Amino acid sequence: MIEFRSVSKEFDDGTVAVDDISLVIPARRVTVLVGSSGSGKTTLLQMINRMVEPTSGTIEIDGENIAGIAPVPLRRRIGYVIQNSGLLPHRTIIDNVATVLYLEGVRKPQAHERALELLSTVGLDHALATRYPSQLSGGQQQRVGVARALAVNPNILLMDEPFGAVDPIVRAELQQELLRLQRELAKTIVFVTHDIDEAFLLGDNVVILGEGAKIAQQGSPSELLANPATEFVASFIGADRGRRELTIRRVNGRSVVIDGTGRPAGVLAETDGPAS
Amino acid sequence: MNWLVNNLDLVLELSLQHVRLAVLPIVLGFALSLPIGWLAWRFRFSRGLVLTVIGLLYTIPSLALFVLLPPALGISFLSELNVTIALTVYAVALMTRSVTEGLAAVGPSVRVAATAMGYSTWGRFWRVEFPLAGPVMLAGLRVVAVSTVSLVTVGVFVGVRSLGYLFTDGLQRGIVLEIVTGIVMTVVIALLLDLVLVVLGRILMPWQRLFAPSATVRRLQTARPAA
Repeated sequence: MIEFRSVSKEFDDGTVAVDDISLVIPARRVTVLVGSSGSGKTTLLQMINRMVEPTSGTIEIDGENIAGIAPVPLRRRIGYVIQNSGLLPHRTIIDNVATVLYLEGVRKPQAHERALELLSTVGLDHALATRYPSQLSGGQQQRVGVARALAVNPNILLMDEPFGAVDPIVRAELQQELLRLQRELAKTIVFVTHDIDEAFLLGDNVVILGEGAKIAQQGSPSELLANPATEFVASFIGADRGRRELTIRRVNGRSVVIDGTGRPAGVLAETDGPAS
Repeated sequence: MNWLVNNLDLVLELSLQHVRLAVLPIVLGFALSLPIGWLAWRFRFSRGLVLTVIGLLYTIPSLALFVLLPPALGISFLSELNVTIALTVYAVALMTRSVTEGLAAVGPSVRVAATAMGYSTWGRFWRVEFPLAGPVMLAGLRVVAVSTVSLVTVGVFVGVRSLGYLFTDGLQRGIVLEIVTGIVMTVVIALLLDLVLVVLGRILMPWQRLFAPSATVRRLQTARPAA
């Protein structure tokens, strides 16, 4: 569990990126911080591994104030994935995956063995191990980024718009892959995005941020859809434009679901079970 | 051709001496420009000033420097150290900008990722930023090498023997072949040192060698026929 307690961040130039936020991020769930640019979501994320120091307030991981943990060891036990993968261009794929293992003093043979395992975990062919990042596609690089973040089996995974720079088809693939991984690994994931659809797809818990990282609303995707708290939230999730509304029309005895733009989205499967 | 045949030993001796005199300032200049270039990169506000001042050092005429250094440092006018220090100053003047620019060329996402992985500042410099600045620094170092090899010849005016000796001696004795030999050998040494640097670069930076077929192939693979 990660807990922000009245955390603020004012940068040297006077910009208030985060203004007095208190937030609990549950363990072993995907929490998505979503907001437009300038909402301070990346700043929030980077405060968790002390890449950004809060001006005031405290952040705790499992009850321990992280201000008391040296930044370098703290970062090594927290996985981090960013947009454009951030792979080291001068290292082969296998050495990239093994980066944190080397930093932690794991010997090369053991580190390589573990790195190959991780390539399999993220669905990459071992033949890629000896290539350099520039020889891989954007989607493959992003998978390597995830494998690298998982190397020392961290409990926490921070992901900063990890799928922002790949094309929509690959993005959908990577999103499904992340959901599959999360079913197996159950990490505490903090995921930053500006894409509300991605937030609803991946998040167990979605936190909608306004300017200065003010929490506009948080809850499960269905809670947010059912009860947007403010007009800002309604507009952000697209509820105000009817984009989220589905209507049912009877066609030849079946219930066809029509989406907000008037296009048929699918056919209603009639079950008695409760909607999840 | 008579002169050359009779003086092969001298040409060889002076060439080796020339290489020796050139290599030390190149290495020293590179080593010294690393911390200066890093400081100029790290403290952005100082960058323009530091790089301009350092760069201006190159405009000091070499003979003037040979004359100025000995009294300033308390060494002999005729000592080899005098030449070595002067040429190191020129190497630093040329090299510092390349170090700064090389470091500035490292992608911000790589730097963020390396920090997030848990590199210390020191470790990140040597294992991430330094190697990635390599290609730009190598380009600068090649200029430094060629420039230094050429400047070594001037040392002959303060009595430090190098291929430059063939210029003054050839001029005094009116032997054109001797002067031409000096020029040719200087160029050969410059080219050889340049070659050494290029080969070293290839060995030390294997990721640079990628002819990157993947990028092209990928484009072909993902290209869809126009509708």
